[in-house]
Amino acid sequence: MSINRRQFIKIAGFSTILGIGGITAIDKMKAGADETSAVQQIFGTPTPLTAKRWGMVVDLSKFKSAEDYQKCIDACDQAHNVPLFPNKKDEVKWIWTDTFEHTFPGAENELLPEAIKEKNYLLLCNHCQNPPCVRVCPTKATFKRKSDGIVMMDQHRCIGCRFCMAACPFGARSFNWRDPKPFIKQENPEYPARGIGVVEKCTFCAERLVRGLKPACVEKSNGGLIFGDLEDPNSEVRQILAKNYSIRRKPELGTQPSVYYLIGGIENA
Amino acid sequence: MYNGGKIIVGLIIFLAFATFPFYYNIGKVNAKPEPKINTPVIQQLAEKKCVESKEFMRAEHMKLLYDWRDKAIREGDRIYEGAGGKKYYISLQNTCMKCHSNKKDFCDSCHNYLAVKPFCWDCHLAPKEKKS
Repeated sequence: MSINRRQFIKIAGFSTILGIGGITAIDKMKAGADETSAVQQIFGTPTPLTAKRWGMVVDLSKFKSAEDYQKCIDACDQAHNVPLFPNKKDEVKWIWTDTFEHTFPGAENELLPEAIKEKNYLLLCNHCQNPPCVRVCPTKATFKRKSDGIVMMDQHRCIGCRFCMAACPFGARSFNWRDPKPFIKQENPEYPARGIGVVEKCTFCAERLVRGLKPACVEKSNGGLIFGDLEDPNSEVRQILAKNYSIRRKPELGTQPSVYYLIGGIENA
Repeated sequence: MYNGGKIIVGLIIFLAFATFPFYYNIGKVNAKPEPKINTPVIQQLAEKKCVESKEFMRAEHMKLLYDWRDKAIREGDRIYEGAGGKKYYISLQNTCMKCHSNKKDFCDSCHNYLAVKPFCWDCHLAPKEKKS
């Protein structure tokens, strides 16, 4: 059986496409496997955690006392060499608590249940989808990672102009007015400290994610903090957000925070 | 020449002072820095190799560190493939200093000799060393 020119070109074309596509697909898989085994080799931990856009749900029913918050705060401070200054004016904070009216200004009313009004709320960098701090940074020291939406801080580039602190509507950024090193309670030798004159904030534990670990605060939250991919409809955070009423801080500003709060918690939303 | 004697004496004193460092150090051997690589971790390595060859590290370690910092922080890529195809975690404190835990005898020996002051340690934590 002979084939005519038309059939020949068709077959040749398809095989070329298959060939090129197949090779790249195999290469991709190989590269992925290499990365995985490298991380496993070095740390013995599972594969790096990746997402299209990391987000967090704060389930406030799981935080019953100030101690529950403090556990998360201490874990973060310890992991990231966050200094503890005696003077509140010098304070450096990555994750902290504040009152209802400071956390959700405009949402308060005088008839709110006492339990909600009196409670403190856990705050951290919102890793906004549309971060104003990134827009104002003159050196691009702070930037949004394209791969997973984390708003990162590159201390090497920070010139300490504090534009980002003025731009952030959530007060998530702190400036090092003094050399923080003498004020670190217990140094973590695996993480750098900062020098005088730079701004710092929460990074969603980017350094832990590459090692396949969830953020330090999530680990110590006893299920109160749920961390996951906001772009993946099957992720735990999306499942929770689909079933419960959640609020975000200052949504009217349009920064699209990635931290969601379940005020009444999962059980009684 | 007015006040010739005073001027000449003054000049001699000046020259004596200006050239004093040279006279003072004549005959003294200026010891070359010898970075020590005898830390316990390195001694336990089966293959005593850095991430790249010795010559490369000697000449280019500062560029490598700059590349590492951009790769790790800005690109979020924490894996570096070394000369032999071996993979390393990109981190000054967790990779470099795990082996070279003797900052004073390793980093500082050359840096002090050449009077360069890298600002790594303004923020990064140096490994704890016994005071010698």
